[in-house]
Amino acid sequence: MSSSTGTPTGPMREPFSEPSDPCLYEYWPWEGRPKLTWPNGARVAFWVAPNIEFYELHPQPNPTRKAWPRPEPDVLNYSLRDYGNRVGTMRMMEAMDRHGVRGSVSLNVAVCQHHPELIEACLERNWEIFSHGIYNTHYSYGMTEAQERAVIEDSLETVERATGQRLAGYLAPALTHTERTMDLLAEYGILYTCDLFCDDQPQPVNVRSGRLISIPYSLEMNDIIVYNVNQQSPRRYAEMLKANFDQLYADGAENGTVMCIPLHPYAVSRPHRIDAFEEAIEYITGHDDVWVTTGREIAEYYFEHHYDTALAAIVDHQASSRARGAEGGEGA
Amino acid sequence: MSEPHPSLPDSYMQFAHRGYGMDQRWYEWSMLHRREPVGWPDGARVAVWVNVALEFFPLDQPVQPFKAPGGMVTPYPDLRHYTLRDYGNRVGVFRVFRLLDGLGMKPSVSFNSKVAERYPRLMEEVVSRGWEVVANGVDMGRLHHGGLDADTEAAMIDESLDVLRSMSGRPVTGWLSPARSESGNTLDLLAARGVDYVCDWCNDDMPFPMTTANGVLHAMPLSHELDDQTVQLHYQQSEHSFVDQVSDAMAVVHRESSTDDGRILSLTIHPWMSGQPHRIGALGRALESLASHDGVWMASGADILAAFTTR
Repeated sequence: MSSSTGTPTGPMREPFSEPSDPCLYEYWPWEGRPKLTWPNGARVAFWVAPNIEFYELHPQPNPTRKAWPRPEPDVLNYSLRDYGNRVGTMRMMEAMDRHGVRGSVSLNVAVCQHHPELIEACLERNWEIFSHGIYNTHYSYGMTEAQERAVIEDSLETVERATGQRLAGYLAPALTHTERTMDLLAEYGILYTCDLFCDDQPQPVNVRSGRLISIPYSLEMNDIIVYNVNQQSPRRYAEMLKANFDQLYADGAENGTVMCIPLHPYAVSRPHRIDAFEEAIEYITGHDDVWVTTGREIAEYYFEHHYDTALAAIVDHQASSRARGAEGGEGA
Repeated sequence: MSEPHPSLPDSYMQFAHRGYGMDQRWYEWSMLHRREPVGWPDGARVAVWVNVALEFFPLDQPVQPFKAPGGMVTPYPDLRHYTLRDYGNRVGVFRVFRLLDGLGMKPSVSFNSKVAERYPRLMEEVVSRGWEVVANGVDMGRLHHGGLDADTEAAMIDESLDVLRSMSGRPVTGWLSPARSESGNTLDLLAARGVDYVCDWCNDDMPFPMTTANGVLHAMPLSHELDDQTVQLHYQQSEHSFVDQVSDAMAVVHRESSTDDGRILSLTIHPWMSGQPHRIGALGRALESLASHDGVWMASGADILAAFTTR
């Protein structure tokens, strides 16, 4: 941890300083990176991130995004999600317990008030809790800086009070962001964001002050995306999870990778889906060179062993890339 | 920094219902894993509840507030979807009923009241078998939703219940809203009209009580994500995958059950979907996979509710 601030240096850009690019990270090609290693020679850091959520039946309206597809009360969609809390979470936990997988919970922090029994079940298992905003029906679009700060401060306080854990990670509520989200997370000492899907390794994030990394979370392996958006069957999901793992395991022999399975107990824990999912995590955890871990552990290990190396390599790549561009007459 | 979205009032940061339990008054927060065991008659482990949905999709199905899934798609007159759905009531339903007869199953049958009025033969088939009739509103174009005033909705509920009770000669105590859509008044109106249970809620594997202004009724866990329609129309998955999903669900529910703590496997079947010649065989395999386990109790919604409330 020799770099004291991690503030972008050299060729790195300010976040959102260009209209067509969030400028949250620099282009850094996979080939040629320094080797990233994990504890005990593991090839893949494997983590599972269940989203434990609360969707409000009648949320405060946000003019940029409607909460429910049907007129309120949207009984069908509200109750489909409530299943996760009443039934799904325990079924999912028991499947994960059988294979020694601890969850890193993406938590709508109001669940600490509504359903403290679910938090107890997480703590009994020594699971990590990170923030997924206050409610999954409470979007960041249109928030002032003060409003967005209030959500992050609420998350920090609520999670610490309910669990004793200092918040390490953040997934924006319902994946709704502002231009300042990453800057604020870093300012509040949060270690990692789950919101960027551009890599199979953790990445330094460009923030105005402090340090922040992105940890691969995955939309492609997200149960909701697979079942509801891409409309794949439960058994097909298991095949996809295994194929995703096989490739990351093979690539990880050369350069360490991260595999994440983001879950929603309201989806994966339905009786017609849970066994196929469990078969996939049994397969994954049955391999020798897998680090079965949590988001916080990945972030802490990365900051200690790889962050500075990665930052230096990115700066070098940017410099040499721009020099080549200038030589080729393609530079600005 | 530019602000690309409309700003939000201070009230956006206030949460009136942030506290223990739910954010509405209808039911208590309760985790299945912490509940008292529920025994079924004769120590059965799994109550298998099949519901056959008999639906009428009007050609002039309203677009607002939304279209019930399975309804009209192309510009008017959508003869394609109108007739494809009507196939279920003319042909597919008889394939489904023969299959259920052969397996000795006792399903419930949910009727849009328009189906009973238009096709009284179907009500006769159901009544003569002694199967339960569940009310499924008037038709798939008459949705219950938050934009309806209570009087209009009450008239819709009365029309459905009056027709179905009169034609079946039965009390008709179960309700399924078209497209599972309710208003804030639906439960109150149903409870006042002798409805004991409602099938719209997809948040549990077991029944649970709901509080209304007119007394208690129960939410009954009628399948949604496992339905033939959800799997094969909405998710576009094959009939083979449907069979896998039903049998996988049964394996889990059965494993989690015991002789003194029963569970429910419910399955909704749409004759316009599963009654097609190329799908009926798969439906048969799916239903056989349910019947193949030990400790199975073939039950209707009303049977299950009676056992649940008198335990």
